[in-house]
This record gives sequence, structure tokens and C-alpha cells, in this order.
Amino acid sequence: MREILNNYDVLGAFWGTIKLSILGTIGALILGTIVAVLRLSPVRVFQWIGTWYVNTFRNTPLTLLMLFSILGMSYILGIQLNTTDISSNVFRWAVVMLSVYHGAFICEALRSGVNTVPAGQSEAARAIGLTFGQSMQHVLLPQAFRGAVAPIGSTIIALIKNSTVAAVIGAGEAANLMSVVIENEGSGFSVFLTFAIGFVILTLPLGLLITRMSRRLAVKR
Amino acid sequence: MTEPLVVLKDVNKHYGDLHVLQEINLEIGKGEVVIVIGPSGSGKSTLCRAINRLETIESGTITIDGKTLPEEGKALAELRADVGMVFQSFNLFAHKSILDNVTLGPIKVRKQNKAEAEKRAMELLERVGVAHQAQKFPAQLSGGQQQRVAIARSLAMDPKVMLFDEPTSALDPEMINEVLDVMVELAKSGMTMVVVTHEMGFARKAANRVVFMADGQIVEQNTPEEFFTHPTSDRAKDFLGKILTH
Ligand SMILES: Nc1ncnc2c1ncn2[C@@H]1O[C@H](COP(=O)(O)OP(=O)(O)OP(=O)(O)O)[C@@H](O)[C@H]1O
Ligand SMILES: [Mg+2]
Repeated sequence: MREILNNYDVLGAFWGTIKLSILGTIGALILGTIVAVLRLSPVRVFQWIGTWYVNTFRNTPLTLLMLFSILGMSYILGIQLNTTDISSNVFRWAVVMLSVYHGAFICEALRSGVNTVPAGQSEAARAIGLTFGQSMQHVLLPQAFRGAVAPIGSTIIALIKNSTVAAVIGAGEAANLMSVVIENEGSGFSVFLTFAIGFVILTLPLGLLITRMSRRLAVKR
Repeated sequence: MTEPLVVLKDVNKHYGDLHVLQEINLEIGKGEVVIVIGPSGSGKSTLCRAINRLETIESGTITIDGKTLPEEGKALAELRADVGMVFQSFNLFAHKSILDNVTLGPIKVRKQNKAEAEKRAMELLERVGVAHQAQKFPAQLSGGQQQRVAIARSLAMDPKVMLFDEPTSALDPEMINEVLDVMVELAKSGMTMVVVTHEMGFARKAANRVVFMADGQIVEQNTPEEFFTHPTSDRAKDFLGKILTH
């Protein structure tokens, strides 16, 4: 294990994983919130768009989305997110696809959070004259987020682990380095152990934090 | 009587096969306090909720201060700001402090600045007797206190009319009067009110008129004195007989 750490930039690779995860989480939270608002809006067309988004991206394998981003979007359609630097283009597409894919799960987690909010809350919001957007922003979503800390947290942990899928397009992160190490050194047990420990270090504290937060943030009724 | 503030004309609504509101005609004058009573399921809540369009209606018109209720969107939100509503289950915003509950509408809808809204909110909380709880959260207050905050929250919008849907029926008996006292004071101050309640004491003390509903219809209406002592319809006699013996 010492040898792997000495000969390869494991920390650098995990730094890639961390960057992917953080940016992917931010993107997924933004997209997921937007899609949730679409699904909750009173306008039919918006609801359809939201439902379509969730059904499409929740049911498409992430590997496929990753490959599509490079083979389909970058090569065939020529949509590059960085025209001068190939590895940056790949990295950015990986962030986008992680966001798009997990956004669908965040949306559903948020909707489960909305279900923890009694109907009377949004009725009271409407009754004082808040518009749909205002009652979402100030009454419904804050409570929904706080009621959905646990499922949102699970989605973020899944996102961190799923960031390894970005290896299929060669984004610089832990799983990508792992396949390089395996190619050079053979698939020794220590290789797996090194990378597994890395992921546990990333996700375990987060899991504990989420459990604590979901209790602390729960809205008292 | 002055110009009617709220006018319902030939209002109809169904839930599936159930005709919950049948040809409802009702006028409520400025400063008038109208009590709506009737058996469970007669459509009192639906009537109340239709007035600020928390429920849609199928036919007929509802106007408030001469303006027809808009269908949706910003215009509806604006009109709702002028119609206060107090619910049976208080419905305070659970994630906001008492003070923030009261200032949310004035700041976001009336575009008041924070200091101004908070000053007014404290005056209103003072008026309903919960000013010392301003920094607490709803779950930390008793039901009676929460309901008084809900009244203050409505008042902060300077509504033209206030709707109350059984404001005391979720309360422990010892808390009912603290809420009714606030409502009586409000009625005396000249607020136009529509109140669904079975509290006879309040009706006698504060109401100008009692509207009796049964099976989705307004069966009879009269002054509280006349209605409680000389109901004319059989439905009303039957209903009063049941609640007065309790
Ligand atoms: N959302 C709904 N969908 C279907 N039926 C409904 C709905 N809301 C109310 N109803 C029915 O409409 C009828 C009138 O209801 P409403 O709540 O207006 O009665 P109410 O007079 O307020 O009764 P209560 O004294 O029990 O509050 C009832 O029979 C009720 O079951
Ligand atoms: Mg009712």
C-alpha cells in the first residue's frame, strides 16, 4: 500500500473525486430544486416537463450519460465545455452529467420532504397573498429541505461513489487512477484496499453528519 | 347598510356528485360580523374557502370590494392579501419565529421594510397578548397563543375582511376564551368578519347576523337574538335543539 501511495498521486486523484463531488452536488441541488418546483407547480406543462426529466434521467444508466456526453455531445455535436484543454472538457462534462443524473434523485428527495409539510402551511402562505414562487421560496421549500436532509444526504453519498463512473470517459479522479495502477501493478488486494479506504474516509463522516443534521434541522410541529 | 364588501351571487360547487354549495347568495356589508353555523358537512368551510379562492367554484360570482375574484396568478395573490384567513389548525409557519410569521406577508407582499414591519408586528402581537413570545417558534406556544398569533399575522396585512373557520374548535376549553376575546375586540373595532363557529357566546356578543347552512344551502339568516330564540326552519330548530342540549 505504501508503494502505491509513493508511486502514484493517490491524493491528487481523490482531490479530483472531491472536486467532482462538490461541483456535482451543487449542480444536482440546483437542478433538483428547479425540477421539484416544476413538478409542484400548478401549470400542467411544467409538471410534465418535471416528470419527464425525472423519469428519463433516473432510469438512464449513469455510464451511458457519461459516454453520451463525450461521444455524442463533444465529438458528434461538437459541444465542448473547454475547447483548448481536453481533460478539462472531460471533467466539466462529468460534472454536468453527475448533476443531471443526481438532480432527478434530489428532486424526488425534495418531494418526499414536501410531503412532510402539512397542506395548511401552503394554504396559509397563499392566504396572506404570497404568490406561488414566494410561498415555494419562503414557506414550502425551506421546510421541505429540512424534512429531506436524510434522503438528500443519501443522494450526495451516492453521488460521491458514482463519481467513479466518470472513469469511463477518463476524468481525473480516484477510479481512473485505480485502473491505471491495476494496469501497471496487477490487481493486488492492496490496490482495492487503498481506494476503498479513500472512499470510506470521504463518505463515513458525511453520513454521520447527515444523521445529526437531519435530527437538528427537523422542523418542530 | 353600507355598500356590501363581499358579494356571492348564485355560487355553485360540487365535489364529485356532492353539491356542496347550492345557489349561494350572500352579501356582507362593511364592518358587519356574520356567523356561519350549521351541521357538519353542510359546506361552511367550503364557503369560507371559496371567498378567498382556496377552493374554486363552478358557477356564480364572488366579488370583494367590487372586484371579481381573479382566476389565478398575481392578481389573485393581490386580492388574497386583502382577505385575512384564520384556520382551525392555526397553520403558523413552523420554521419561522413568531415575529417572522407576522412580518413575512408585510415584507414580501406589501413591500414594507423590515424595521417598519417589525414595529407594526410587535404592536399587533401586543394587542393579541403574545408580544413576549415574539422570538419563540410556533411549536413552543400553546394552541390559544398560536391562534392569537395567526390572527395577528392576518391583521398585519390590513385586510378588508377576515374569515375564520372554526378558530376555537381545535383548542382546549380553557384557551377558547382568550381567542374569542381577541375576536370580540376585533369585531368592536369595526373589522368585517365571517366566522364559522358554534360558540353561541361569541355570536351573541359580537355578531350582527347569523347565517344557517344545511346541505350546501343557506337555509335561513337572522340577527343572533332572533335566530337563537325563534328559528323558523325545521332544520335550524333541529340543529339548535341538538347543540343547546350539550
Ligand atoms: N376536498 C374534498 N373532496 C371531496 N369532498 C370534500 C372535500 N372537502 C370537503 N368535502 C365534502 O364536502 C362537504 C362539505 O364540507 P365542508 O368542510 O365545507 O363542511 P363543513 O360545514 O365545514 O363541516 P364541518 O363542520 O365538519 O367542518 C362534506 O361532506 C365533505 O365531506
Ligand atoms: Mg368545516
